[in-house]
Amino acid sequence: MPDSSATGLHTEEHNPALLHHFAEPQQQRDAASLGMWVFLATEVMFFGGLFCAYLIYRRLYFGDFAAASKTINMGLGATNTAVLICSSLTVVLAVWSAQTARRTLLIVSLIITMLLGLAFLGIKGIEYAEKFEEHHVPGASFNFNNVPIPGHPGQYADPHHAQLFFSLYFVMTGLHALHMIIGLGIFLWLLTMAWKGRFTPEWHTPVEIGGLYWHFVDIIWIYLFPLLYLIDRHP
Amino acid sequence: MPEHSSTKSPLKGYFAVWIALLAGTGLTVYAATLDLAPYNAAVALAIATIKATLVALFFMHVWRASEKLTKLVVIAALFFLLLLLGLTMTDYATRLWS
Amino acid sequence: MPSPMPQPERENYLNKHYGVWSWLLTTDHKRIALLYLISITFFFFIGGFFALLIRLELLTPAGDLVQADTYNKLFTMHGMVMVFFFLIPSIPAVLGNFLVPMMVGAKDLAFPRINLLSWYLYIIGGAMMLHCMLTGGVDTGWTFYAPFATNFTNTKIVEAALAIFVAGFSSILTGLNFVVTIHRMRAPGMTWSRLPLFIWAHYATSIIQLLGTPVIAVTIVLVACERALHLGIFDPKLGGDPLLFQHLFWFYSHPAVYIMILPAMGVVTEIIACFSRKRIFGYSFVAFSSIAIAVFGFLVWAHHMFVAGMSVYAALVFSLLSYAVAVPSAIKVFNWTATLYKGSIHYDAPMLYAFGFLGLFTIGGLTGLFLAALGIDVHVTDTYFVVAHFHYIMVGGAVMGYLGGMHFWWPKISGKLYPEGWARLAALIVFVGFNLTFFPQFLLGYMGMPRRYYDYSHMPEFQILNVLSTAGATVLGVGYLLPMIYFLWSMRYGRPAPDNPWNAAGLEWKTPSPPPTFNFEEEPVVTWEAYNYDELDAPHDDAPHKEEVPVAR
Repeated sequence: MPDSSATGLHTEEHNPALLHHFAEPQQQRDAASLGMWVFLATEVMFFGGLFCAYLIYRRLYFGDFAAASKTINMGLGATNTAVLICSSLTVVLAVWSAQTARRTLLIVSLIITMLLGLAFLGIKGIEYAEKFEEHHVPGASFNFNNVPIPGHPGQYADPHHAQLFFSLYFVMTGLHALHMIIGLGIFLWLLTMAWKGRFTPEWHTPVEIGGLYWHFVDIIWIYLFPLLYLIDRHP
Repeated sequence: MPEHSSTKSPLKGYFAVWIALLAGTGLTVYAATLDLAPYNAAVALAIATIKATLVALFFMHVWRASEKLTKLVVIAALFFLLLLLGLTMTDYATRLWS
Repeated sequence: MPSPMPQPERENYLNKHYGVWSWLLTTDHKRIALLYLISITFFFFIGGFFALLIRLELLTPAGDLVQADTYNKLFTMHGMVMVFFFLIPSIPAVLGNFLVPMMVGAKDLAFPRINLLSWYLYIIGGAMMLHCMLTGGVDTGWTFYAPFATNFTNTKIVEAALAIFVAGFSSILTGLNFVVTIHRMRAPGMTWSRLPLFIWAHYATSIIQLLGTPVIAVTIVLVACERALHLGIFDPKLGGDPLLFQHLFWFYSHPAVYIMILPAMGVVTEIIACFSRKRIFGYSFVAFSSIAIAVFGFLVWAHHMFVAGMSVYAALVFSLLSYAVAVPSAIKVFNWTATLYKGSIHYDAPMLYAFGFLGLFTIGGLTGLFLAALGIDVHVTDTYFVVAHFHYIMVGGAVMGYLGGMHFWWPKISGKLYPEGWARLAALIVFVGFNLTFFPQFLLGYMGMPRRYYDYSHMPEFQILNVLSTAGATVLGVGYLLPMIYFLWSMRYGRPAPDNPWNAAGLEWKTPSPPPTFNFEEEPVVTWEAYNYDELDAPHDDAPHKEEVPVAR
């Protein structure tokens, strides 16, 4: 993420954002974009470890996972999915406005994106609070006794196995929320840069790669939603 | 990445993808309430994959990325993810649980 | 030595700026490489100190030097420090950092500030690890297996794991920088097929760093949660599966071995070509075998778990896949040998290390095949056979490569020549000391001595081999101290190095020693293939007659 305060620039009449060790702006843009893509690949593997644990335990303890999944609020989850999808739309609008030199639209899009991000975290907070009150947070006060397994009348979920579900639920959504918070930090920085009018159709790489990050976090959620909220929901 | 297709505004496409994503979310919630056993999970994952692909292709611009390299990075990441899941499952799918 | 004019002090990356902050806030990849060099040397000697104590304890059959739990901490901290704070950053973060931009003809890595950040992350992780060691250490073994590490041990496992987590991020950022630099920053004319094989090796290494490290990062997150909240993810009492930890751990930690060995292979390739004055035999095979090792490395992790209780069918699959890694490794060894064949071989210090690597890596690799074979593995797993095997790879391979590379590029890094006689002596001492330390361990393991025991008084016949091993460790220790001493000595008293003391091919030799801050005085344009030693050594019309034998000593 270039800013010109770095080491010695040898500017000709170049863009002041061009760092000294790049030959031309195109090379710098391509490097930044590839860097973000490669970073996202590492993120895939980071969440991949969790998906792996999820896959194994869901396969082993399907009934318990279904019972536990039924207790989380599907409405809030679906709303949050929609919120994130809308924020992804405002992100592409932001990138497009930067490309086409629409500063006001860029600022508005960034602000809406951040508001949607905050809304997501707020809704997440409500959801966590519900779980906390129901004693579904893993740990000493965890309680999941006498919860029936859907589709198997008379059978009750094993609290230990349900705790595994909630552990994965909290770790996965928690790490996702952490990524959202980091994303909000990035967008706050983009907003100040946009406010100062730093972005031009020639140079708006930070908006592009910040956008890539945001979309990626959205994609993770697109998978988390059905995997965590929608196990065996049918009546 | 500079676009050369800027003669046409991409906005229409963006909104179309957005509508499709919202529709996909609705569809996946609806599908979850149906008894498609044993295909509920497959349907949910298929919808999620379509949505994720839409985001990657059109919002993250993989579709019109000038280079194959971006696509290669995406494919590599998915390939290694599948290795992790698939090879781990060779153990779990065949282990004798007592 | 036909020394091309001893220059007056030119401006270079070392003397351009002075002062502590010019180092601590530098974004110059060469200075960051030196920062890494100092820090990993520090950790190397800490890890070595633990190793020495381990060997001293095993000198006698009775457990008389340290207590059992102290011994557990010793081998744990030895492993954690050596693996995560020395071997993984060793070649990539020092030599790679220094050379990757120069070899591709760039002024710096693509993200210089991220490069500096990676060093700071390494230092933070290292400080956490030091703090952990000083306040009690960890006794789980470097693999910190669940459920012992997650539910039972009372030592500081969370702090150690988080230290590894932070150091892991540093490793990811290094890999990220390399991949982007190699793709985006190559000089005009530097096509993929003209890249030095060192670069190919580092590209493959970066793939592993990028795609493997995140998995252990998330595993560490799970371990920390498990310790804090007792979730049960790895606890069989609560429905969890301890083997899941091993799967996730080895998904990173097996490929991590290739993070250590691949860069060493890159170094050795450069050295062998230079000191046999030949093009590398089968360039593209060597290049693609690096990538193949990186990819195959991800397919074999469960061979560490054959006796852990995983499914036999999976064990069969992983056993078969493990053999596959031998193919690209063997391709490399064959190609190096073929390069040597009829080469004009010079026995300078770097080449001695390269020879050491060649032999020791081959032994380490072949004994790896023993362990990949299910039937043998069941017998020798968790014995000294395994210990010897992976030390042949990690020390005989990676550290030999690292030392060879340090000698090869030291004139470029420091601008000074080290004393060649001492260097050859040190290489010999390291080779002898290494074999004396670890070859007896193959025998011990095959005879059934288990690893991680501090007391073998029920088997006193193991003592002779253990004494040999301890003696070897002492020799090895001397061998490792020597280069440090004469490298430091050479910085002050060494003769100034010419720009290309080995008459080697490669862009890094076409710039002054030590290089200027932006590496090249003018942007290089590459018009030649890598390792064009035949052209370099051909009596040129335009070259003011270079000697027939270019590296005269």
